[in-house]
Amino acid sequence: MSPHLKNIQLRQKQDMIFCYIGLLVLLFSFLTLITLIWDLAVTGVPRINILFFTNFPSRFAEQAGILSAWVGTLCVMITTAVFAIPLGIAAGIYLEEYAPKNFLTQMIEINISNLAGIPSITFGLMALGIFVYEFGFGRSILTAGLTLGLLVLPIIIVATRESIRTIPNSIREASFALGASRWQTIWNHVLPYSSGGILTGVIISLSRAIGETAPLITIGALTFIAFLPTSPIQPDFPFLSFQWLKDPFTVMPIQMFNWLSRPQADFHVNAAATGIVLLVMTLLMNGMAIYIRYRFRKKFNW
Amino acid sequence: MSSQLHNQSLIHKSDSAKAEALKLESPESNLLRAEVKKLSFSYGSKRVLNQVSMKIHSNKITAMIGPSGCGKTTLLRCFNRMHDLYSQVTYQGEILIYPEAKNILSKEIDPMEVRMRIGMVFQKPNPFPKSIYENVAFGLRVRGIRKKSYLEDRVEQSLQQAGLWTEVKDRLNSSATSLSGGQQQRVCIARALATQPEMLLLDEPTSALDPISTGNIEELIGELKKDVTIVLVTHNLHQAARCSDYTAFMYIGDLIEFGASGDLFTTPKDSRTENYITGRFG
Ligand SMILES: Nc1ncnc2c1ncn2[C@@H]1O[C@H](COP(=O)(O)OP(=O)(O)OP(=O)(O)O)[C@@H](O)[C@H]1O
Ligand SMILES: [Mg+2]
Repeated sequence: MSPHLKNIQLRQKQDMIFCYIGLLVLLFSFLTLITLIWDLAVTGVPRINILFFTNFPSRFAEQAGILSAWVGTLCVMITTAVFAIPLGIAAGIYLEEYAPKNFLTQMIEINISNLAGIPSITFGLMALGIFVYEFGFGRSILTAGLTLGLLVLPIIIVATRESIRTIPNSIREASFALGASRWQTIWNHVLPYSSGGILTGVIISLSRAIGETAPLITIGALTFIAFLPTSPIQPDFPFLSFQWLKDPFTVMPIQMFNWLSRPQADFHVNAAATGIVLLVMTLLMNGMAIYIRYRFRKKFNW
Repeated sequence: MSSQLHNQSLIHKSDSAKAEALKLESPESNLLRAEVKKLSFSYGSKRVLNQVSMKIHSNKITAMIGPSGCGKTTLLRCFNRMHDLYSQVTYQGEILIYPEAKNILSKEIDPMEVRMRIGMVFQKPNPFPKSIYENVAFGLRVRGIRKKSYLEDRVEQSLQQAGLWTEVKDRLNSSATSLSGGQQQRVCIARALATQPEMLLLDEPTSALDPISTGNIEELIGELKKDVTIVLVTHNLHQAARCSDYTAFMYIGDLIEFGASGDLFTTPKDSRTENYITGRFG
C-alpha cells in the first residue's frame, strides 16, 4: 500500500468539504434571486399587455400604464449616454495614453475610483444645487440625464482604462515604429482592440443608471405624469426640437415606487409588472455586454 | 579544444565577408550614414549604456554582438527614439544622421519624422491582431497612402522580400496572430520593408527562424544593402561574420571594439572580444 494514501485521502476530504460549502452558498444566493424574480413574475406578468405600455398612469389601477415612465426612461438614458459615453471614453484614453504618470494624475486616478463608490443620492443633492438651481435647467430630462451621466462617468472611465491597459506595449511600439502619431496609434490599434471591454463597461454602466431612483427623486422628478415630452420632430421649420430636454419627466423605477406607496393592492400588481419590465431590460443589456465581450475576445487574440 | 574549432570555422566563414569589405573599400562607398557620439543611457537610476560612440556606414550592414543584457536592444531603440514613449529613462549624447548631420536625439526633432525614415524589426514578433495585409500596409496608411493598387503592390513585394509570399498569398485576410512565430517575425520584417525606410534596425530578426528561412533573410539583407543601411543585432556570431560589413562588440554597456567584421573576427584587438568570439564567455 502506498505510503501517501492516508495523506491523499485527507486532502481529498478537504477538497470535498470546500466544494460542498461553496455549492451551498451559491445555492442560497441563487434561491434568493429566483424567489424574488418568481414572486415578482407571478404577480406582475399577468398584468403585462399592450395597453400597459400605451396607457398613462391613472387613478384606476386596471387602466394605468407605464407610457410616460418608459418614454421618460428612454429619454433620460439617451441624454445620459450622449453625455457620459464620449466624455468617459475620452477621459479614459487621456489618462491612459496621454497623461504623464505623476502625483497629480495618480490623485485623479484614485479619486475617480472613489467616485464610483459614492452613494448615488449624493449625486442627486449636488445636481439639485448645480443643475436645477445654479444653471436653471429645472426638474427636467436634461438635469436627470446629466445627473445619471455624472453617476456612471467613473464606471466608464475605469472600464475604458482597464481595457486599454490590457493592450501590450509591444503593439503600441510596433505602430509608433512605423511612424504613426499618437492619435493614429490610438484610433487604429488601441481603441479597436479594447472596444470589447469599453463597450461592456458602457452597457453595464447604463444598466446601472436605468434602475437609479434616489438621485432622480432628489432632483424632483414627478411621480405622476400624464403627458409625453415634446416630440423631437416638429412639423415646422427647423423640424428638430430639443424642447423635450427641458420637459418634466418620470422614469420606471419612480413610477414603481409611486404605485408601491399606494394602499390599494391593485397598484402593487402594476408595480410588480413594471419591475418585471425593468428587470428584463437590465438582463437584456447585461446579456448584450456578455455577448459583445465574447465576440471581441474571439476577434482579437494574441 | 572545441572552442578552438568553433573559432576556426568562424574565421573561415568570415573570409569571404572580409574580402568583400576590402573590395568595396573605395572612398565613396564608405560614406557615413549615422554616427553615435558619447551616448549614455539609463533606465531610472540603472546605467545601461556608457559613452558609446560608433559609426554606421552608408549602405553597409553593421552588426552588434555581445552577451545578453549588455545593452544592444537599448542602443538600437535609441535610433528610432522608441525610448521617448517611456518617462523613466534618461539619455545624453548624440546620434547624427548624415548627410544632414542632424542630431536625431535632439528635442527639436520630431520622433515621428525619425521613425518614418528609420524602420525597425523588434526582438519579439509583435504583429497587430489584424489581417496580414493590414499589418504590412499599416506603415503606408499612416503616411496617408490610400491608392489600392499601390498598397497591394507594396504588400506583395514586401512579403516576397521577407520570403513569406508563397505561404500566405491565399490568406492575406486572415489574422497575422494565427501564424507561427517565425511567420509572424517575417510579417514584421515585411511590415518594416513596406515603407522603404532609408535605415533599418533589426533586433535578432532570425532568432525564431529555421536555417532555411534564416538563410533567406540573410540573403535579403545582403540585397537590401543597395538601398538601405542596416543595423543588425544578433546572437549568432556566424551570422554576424557572414553578412555584416562592420561589427560592434558590446559588453555591459560599453562598446569594447568596433571595426570591419573581417578584422574583428580574425584579429580582435581586445582580449574580451577574443574571449567572446571564441566562446570563452557570454
Ligand atoms: N525597461 C527596462 N527597465 C529597466 N531596465 C531595463 C529595461 N530594459 C532593459 N533593461 C536592462 O538594461 C540592460 C540592457 O538591456 P538590453 O535589452 O538592451 O540588452 P540586450 O543586449 O538587448 O540583451 P539580449 O541579447 O538578451 O536581448 C539589461 O541589464 C536589462 O536588464
Ligand atoms: Mg535585446
